[in-house]
Amino acid sequence: MIVEWGHFALTLAFAVALVQTVAPIIGAQRGDDRLMDMAGPAAISQLALIAIAFGALIWAYVGSDFSVRNVYENSHSAKPLIYKISGAWGNHEGSMVLWSLILALLGALVAVFGRDLPARLKANTLGVQGAVSLAFLLFILTTSNPFERVLPAPFEGRGLNPILQDPALALHPPFLYAGYVGFSMAFSFAVAALLEGRIDAAWARWVRPWTLAAWVFLTIGIALGSYWAYYELGWGGWWFWDPVENASFMPWLAGTALLHSAVVMEKRDSLKVWTILLAILTFALSLVGTFLVRSGVLTSVHAFAVDPERGVFILAIMAFFTGGALTLYAWRAPQLKPGGSFALISREGGLVLNNLLLTAACGVVFIGTLYPLGLEAVTGEKISVGAPYFNAAFLPLMLPLLAALPFGPMLAWKRGDLAGAAQRLVVAAGLSLAAGVVALAMQGPGPWLAPIGAALGVWLIVGSLSELALRARMGDAAPREWLVRLAGLPRSAWGGAMAHLGLGVTVLGIVGASAWPTERIAAMKPGDAIEIAGYTATFKGVKSVTGPNYEEALASFSVARNGVEQAVLTPSKRLYAAPRTQTSEVGIMPTWAGDVYVAIGDNLGDGAHSVRVYFHPLVRLIWIGALIMSLGGALSLADRRLRIGAPARAKRRAAPAAGAA
Amino acid sequence: MAGMTRKQRRLALIFGAMTVLGASTALVLSALNDSVVYFISPTDAATKAQEGQRFRLGGLVQEGSVARAGTRLSFAVTDTKSAIPVVYEGVVPDLFREGQGVVAEGKLNANRVFVADTVLAKHDENYMPPEVAEALKRQGVFRPGGDAGRETAPAADKGGGS
Repeated sequence: MIVEWGHFALTLAFAVALVQTVAPIIGAQRGDDRLMDMAGPAAISQLALIAIAFGALIWAYVGSDFSVRNVYENSHSAKPLIYKISGAWGNHEGSMVLWSLILALLGALVAVFGRDLPARLKANTLGVQGAVSLAFLLFILTTSNPFERVLPAPFEGRGLNPILQDPALALHPPFLYAGYVGFSMAFSFAVAALLEGRIDAAWARWVRPWTLAAWVFLTIGIALGSYWAYYELGWGGWWFWDPVENASFMPWLAGTALLHSAVVMEKRDSLKVWTILLAILTFALSLVGTFLVRSGVLTSVHAFAVDPERGVFILAIMAFFTGGALTLYAWRAPQLKPGGSFALISREGGLVLNNLLLTAACGVVFIGTLYPLGLEAVTGEKISVGAPYFNAAFLPLMLPLLAALPFGPMLAWKRGDLAGAAQRLVVAAGLSLAAGVVALAMQGPGPWLAPIGAALGVWLIVGSLSELALRARMGDAAPREWLVRLAGLPRSAWGGAMAHLGLGVTVLGIVGASAWPTERIAAMKPGDAIEIAGYTATFKGVKSVTGPNYEEALASFSVARNGVEQAVLTPSKRLYAAPRTQTSEVGIMPTWAGDVYVAIGDNLGDGAHSVRVYFHPLVRLIWIGALIMSLGGALSLADRRLRIGAPARAKRRAAPAAGAA
Repeated sequence: MAGMTRKQRRLALIFGAMTVLGASTALVLSALNDSVVYFISPTDAATKAQEGQRFRLGGLVQEGSVARAGTRLSFAVTDTKSAIPVVYEGVVPDLFREGQGVVAEGKLNANRVFVADTVLAKHDENYMPPEVAEALKRQGVFRPGGDAGRETAPAADKGGGS
């Protein structure tokens, strides 16, 4: 019965979304307060209804109600509780409900916390948000109903794909979706501003926190996915340029550009037209990502084979919102007044360069991801565009971006002093050069890009620290005094510097893991040892273990350095009962210099197993850097809250003018 | 720089944007030219593929063809019409099995043996790389995933296919 309630709530939510779409937008056009006021309650009740639906689905999963087709197809009674719960969004239907839930949550947050928003902007924003919700609820109800029953009810479920039964992957979709869907706020605000034909710095102050929050979630989501691939797929790859990964990376690149252009708009009332366009494109890319992942058009290890009806539907949603918004943009954008001008060498100029390179890089990823699909659709020819393409086309755009980055925060708004900025970065430049030379000397005949990458990583880290030191005027004060100043810096200053520092850390990790890994493959019998990167891994043997829903061949390796045992690693092969699938679990020993990574392969007979041992230098820095970036974003977000009255003040100032018009 | 008029600044911005756009277009075109890998069925590989050309070979792992010598694995990929011998150094994915779909990336050597450096297997019990399904469909031997009993007999596939 609860399942039917869930279905009913979802249908009601659709009706409410219809109200949320139509009433406020018409109200805003006619200046009808009562129609506009319907937006808030509609958004809140929509959230309540979708939460009931999502709760009902989780309830069905937890209770292993196999009369629900979705539960039967994706769950199993012997699965641990956490994977029963995460199974609710580990499949197409459930993940779309999660998508709608986050969408509704954002709408409700605007309704609750947006009291100070100008009434028309708020009504239009909630209206657009309602329209997006409407489209996705229609999609769920007509093509992807998670509450469909199957009669007679099967006794046991088919199980969740075992490689998805993993803590990181249980959290990966919610974070990713919070990021994707979070960008819908910037989109809704942008379309609302276009509908009104008016936009100002206060608008940017409203949009920035939403974009920042979405960006933080997306960063964590991507990092989780990458970390999962690293330890789950069995050889330590952390990024494959797989279309499914690119699907989340494109909105990240565009969203990063949007974050930076919104700063210009907020601080200098400039780049308005561009910021609006970026807001539209970022969400459009989120929709492209959803289409790629959810339509089954991809050839990829991740891809699900799903019927094309859904793909066409999502394509239609994507075409409608992107096309509609861009048409509105072409019509209304020329009416937006240009803001303050700036010299090329200035903070604004630096942020424009950031935007150019990030969007170009995003375009490169876009083409690499969609060209094979387009070519196949047109000519039937099947190609694969992989890492070599992205290394050749993406990296050359990233290098100047990373090289220019530390200059940006050192330049003044409006007109900057490049020589002065360079002077302040002398320490960073020196240390970065040293890092490059050390890397070159240590690697011997390695890839030429690696020392450059190492230098750039250090350049970003020290550059960010120099920025903080400069802001605290470290030079002209006693240590005690400037430490106080440092602590007193605005959180957004700390946040920005931290995000850039995190990027530097990630760059170092990428360089280490891609340029200097070592690999040994061997057929090993118990007692055999293998040397790697100064460590000795001794194979101790294999034993059989029975887990909650799998049988496991558990190998044991002793990892020693200079004869002293450092760790015992237990990579294994698991055979899951439902669905009947074999997976590998690896053994990893993290150290400061890198990870010792052991994977066990097939039983070759005679007690011998094929074994792969890797050393992945610095690889952990990739995710630590991503974490620092997210923390930096979260810190900036905390700063925004202190200024939550700012848009309201701007509104009050604007109100008399609007009244006169 | 300071003496530039608003119009000159705008021109400079547009010029900068065009430069980045032009550079990235050039990068994309040259990268696509150099690094695209074609997907080829065993039949096409047997007839058309040249030695040293990098491509992806997709089909089924031929029954009875898998042989190991230490960590070196040899098997044949077939679309039931032609079969191409493949050698691969390393550990194959968990889902690699005789009679199942596989995609290998590498080059043909002088003896027309495909030397693979990457081997991808199908993703789960019911999933087959679309190219493989396509290639097999063209050969007329495609059975959609052994999936027919799915609607009616939920428990029947236990142990099936492994």
